[in-house]
Amino acid sequence: MEKNSNILNRLDWLTVLLWGTMMIMGWLNIYAAVYNEEYTSIFDMSQRYGKQLLFIVAALVLAIFVLVTDNKLYYFFAWFIYGMFVFLLLLVLVVGKEINGAKAWFEFGPFGLQPSEFAKFATGLALASYLNSKRQALGFRTMATATSIIMVPVILIAIQPDMGSVITYFAFFIVLFREGMSIYVFISALLAVILFLLTLIFGTVPVALGLIILSFAALWIFIRNSQVLMALGVMAGAGALSYLAGHYIFGAGLDLIIVFSVMLSGAIYAWYLYRYRLKMAVIIYSFLLGGILYLFTVDYAFHEILKPHQQTRINIMLGMEDDPYGTGYNLNQSLISIGSGGFAGKGYLNGTQTKFKFVPEQSTDFIFCTVGEEWGFVGSVVVIGLFVLLLLRLVMLAERQRTTFVRAYGYGVFALFLVHFFVNIGMTIGVMPVIGIPLPFFSYGGSSLWGFTILLFVFLRLDAGRAEYLG
Amino acid sequence: MKDRFANRKYFIMALAIAAAVILILRLFYIQIIDKTYRTSAANNVLRHVTQYPARGLVYDRNGELIVYNQAAYDLLVVPVQTSAFDTARFNEILGISMKDFRDRMKAAVTYSRRAPSVFMKMISSETYGFLQEELYKFPGFYVQARTLRKYTRPVGAHLLGYVGEVDDKLIAQDRYYRSGDYIGVSGIEKSYEEHLRGKKGVNIFLVDVHNNIKGSYADSRFDTTSVPGSNLWSTIDLGLQEYGERLMRNKTGSIVAIEPSTGEILALVSSPSYDPSLLVGRVRSSNFTRLQADTVKPLFDRALMASYPPGSTFKMMNGLIGLEEGVIRPTSLFGCSMGYHAGSLTVGCHSHNSPLDLPGAVMNSCNAWFCNAFRSILENKGYNSIQEAYDRWREYLVAFGFGNKLGIDLPNELSGFIPTRSYYDRYYGKDRWKALTVISLAIGQGEIGATPLQMANMATVIANRGSFYIPHIVKKIGEDGGPSSVFSQKYTTGISAENFEPIIEGMEGAVNGGPGATARGARLDSIIICGKTGTAQNPHGKDHSIFVAFAPRDNPQIAIAVYVENAGFGSTFAAPIASLMIEEYLTGKIKRQYLEDYVLKVVIAPDGKEQ
Repeated sequence: MEKNSNILNRLDWLTVLLWGTMMIMGWLNIYAAVYNEEYTSIFDMSQRYGKQLLFIVAALVLAIFVLVTDNKLYYFFAWFIYGMFVFLLLLVLVVGKEINGAKAWFEFGPFGLQPSEFAKFATGLALASYLNSKRQALGFRTMATATSIIMVPVILIAIQPDMGSVITYFAFFIVLFREGMSIYVFISALLAVILFLLTLIFGTVPVALGLIILSFAALWIFIRNSQVLMALGVMAGAGALSYLAGHYIFGAGLDLIIVFSVMLSGAIYAWYLYRYRLKMAVIIYSFLLGGILYLFTVDYAFHEILKPHQQTRINIMLGMEDDPYGTGYNLNQSLISIGSGGFAGKGYLNGTQTKFKFVPEQSTDFIFCTVGEEWGFVGSVVVIGLFVLLLLRLVMLAERQRTTFVRAYGYGVFALFLVHFFVNIGMTIGVMPVIGIPLPFFSYGGSSLWGFTILLFVFLRLDAGRAEYLG
Repeated sequence: MKDRFANRKYFIMALAIAAAVILILRLFYIQIIDKTYRTSAANNVLRHVTQYPARGLVYDRNGELIVYNQAAYDLLVVPVQTSAFDTARFNEILGISMKDFRDRMKAAVTYSRRAPSVFMKMISSETYGFLQEELYKFPGFYVQARTLRKYTRPVGAHLLGYVGEVDDKLIAQDRYYRSGDYIGVSGIEKSYEEHLRGKKGVNIFLVDVHNNIKGSYADSRFDTTSVPGSNLWSTIDLGLQEYGERLMRNKTGSIVAIEPSTGEILALVSSPSYDPSLLVGRVRSSNFTRLQADTVKPLFDRALMASYPPGSTFKMMNGLIGLEEGVIRPTSLFGCSMGYHAGSLTVGCHSHNSPLDLPGAVMNSCNAWFCNAFRSILENKGYNSIQEAYDRWREYLVAFGFGNKLGIDLPNELSGFIPTRSYYDRYYGKDRWKALTVISLAIGQGEIGATPLQMANMATVIANRGSFYIPHIVKKIGEDGGPSSVFSQKYTTGISAENFEPIIEGMEGAVNGGPGATARGARLDSIIICGKTGTAQNPHGKDHSIFVAFAPRDNPQIAIAVYVENAGFGSTFAAPIASLMIEEYLTGKIKRQYLEDYVLKVVIAPDGKEQ
């Protein structure tokens, strides 16, 4: 009894309040999204809002269960829990039910469970446990191991395949960043994302040329020698000549000319290294070479590995395709629905787009449409505000921990919520590609609600016991 | 252990805030700045169903129905709502081939998969009857009621006009019309379009993503009911119109009959004509093409759009102007020796008594008399020059309605042509022309042109002894709406009433007089008809036969102008036709069967040969 009251005193009630508020708001919006004159009772169990209420009650039970569990359990059994969910992820590939082309569900009568939603918390625990045992300033080996911990569930989920969930797992790199990942690696990763987008928008050749010019600009910054400009000129001339020769004599494409130019610039950099003993030339050249290799890989991956519908979705998000009644239908209807909400919204249950089901998947992935249409800009900002409050609160809680374990886990929770929040709302308003991931506590569905509840409450339990010695 | 990376929390918090800022900025743009999504949302959920009103009916002056409506149905299709169905049966009902079906379906899909488009226009009531019973078997197909024009008698095609589909140009100009709407294209249908069309209504429904109606929008607050078009009462006497068209059959030309006391048009015949029901419904476009290609130009409304030299009927104008200007008197005598001779110039005439006074000159249609009169008008010493006198002369004509559109309530009226002073100045040099230069005007030949309507109006003015109302074709709009006030405004011509008497005396003599009278064939025992023949010179073939008249002499009930192209002298056909029209209108019964037979049996081909 004394221990329980202890927990209630130390529990972060603000987070609990945010969690409860979001669930209730989510439930009301699901009611609006699937509203049907024939079943007006919000408690009707045959409808999604009735079921969601059931899920909320179950989530409440789960939360209490997590809170009364000993916090040492999560510390000591982190690897066991991780192993268990990896096993479940393997199992679902064998006995899972295929829904929308993905083997992601275990079926229990009328209910389905998605192990990938729960594996997030398991991965967070394992990663935290591993980082807890290491020094800060993560070396290459530590990084590699940490990455493997993330990649095992990622690969299993990619096999299902559920690309939306896969993307969310990359949130864990925020944890690695906080725990001392090299700033260069982090920046490289950020650059990789930017290059990825640029390559898809502008194509390989202009981006490669841009990279070459940028690298010379960098060289100029370091040595301030007019010969850099001359080198650039020589390279441009050689490039043009080789283009003409290549094009008219060998019929080669621009790609080959880029390769030739890169080799040529490599020679120039080598000369600088020799002449000025400039290490920076090597680094810049490595970045250039790496960048160019990367963007050709991206191009190949995009066109050869991604499925056509995934390519189109990314293209639509990047504004390269306009197809309001095809693949872009979801996004277009979602934009219409949110955009028509205006400043104050159309009022609860008065959203015409919502009521007449113009937006597919509105109670799950596109639940934010209901918010945007019926509550308008004001309501949307309130919801975003709630998420920001929760996120900042999570950073605060994580930072007050004494152990790396709890802090790393806390950042894992933060990172997952951030990615879900940004990608989900972002896709409904066209700043992110349409990736089917839920909005935490808002979207309809037991698995995601319970998954997020466990994720959050394990952290709250650990936070409540932060004064205790974990072992 | 010291946490070397604690500062990174700020960067991480900044990530969360940046994410929120990006989302809020984007939301601000799509929800507050960009208004297009609101329109799209309305288009998504609102379906506007137009209620088409019935077009107004048209009655004649006696309340007899001329034009009414017949139900017709447009078959609409919403391609996304169709599913597999018995196309063979469907095509059988509609009487179309499989290829036709595919073409129509393809056209509908090309227009829109989700919005309704017309699959087949104007299905007959019978077909609709069959289709209606089985419509439930053909999901995605709907029927929309429309109305088509129907005519009680196959007459009056030109004056009634026809109804057609609006074109894109008009849709762009006038917000009222939408693609597929009907509009009056000619005749009364065009000039009274705004009254006849009524007002479309609209029912706004909420539809879901499957285009199923979920109820009315905002409790029907924004719905409007359609208002049927106003009925029109025409000034036309349908019986007289029909009789006129019958008399003109197998001839080219026109008849215009006006009630002098009101300006109401009693009959407006243009021949050759066509059955107005040919330009209704699905057959319209093919028939229109055929009529348009016809060499006798049945679509051409000669009564308003053909301009001829008025010939001898114009002599009365010169007589009236001469009297008013005081340059001649009714008793003025001019000799005629088979024509008018001035130096090398000769205007020929036929043999008649000589000299004649004004009534005699009208009766005998003496060219010499009117050449002398016209010369006196232009060489009037009261004016500084011939040109000034000419200007005055032209003013009188304009006051009679010549040279300008009269302003009848029908489209496409022609203005005719009375040369201006500057016209001759350009032709002969400034002020370098004399009365003799333009002497052909004296007998209504030369550059001058007038429409049959203008000639009928001239007869009206003479019948009224100097005044007229603008001729019009509609006397009542709706249950209590009068015609436009411009039709109840009396126009005077500046010629005093007593000056008409010698002219009328001559016209009476022309029909009823003794030897030398030009139009004895038009004489009617019971009623005094006053008339004047004319012959319009036709450079392309045989001359056109003209007759203008009014009757009775006192308190006239009808003024009329008749043109028969290529029929030669005015007395040959135009005069008998006018006389029969007057008899029909005033007595309601034709006693001179021989005259009617004479007119009816003649066929005058456009080349002027009698057959």
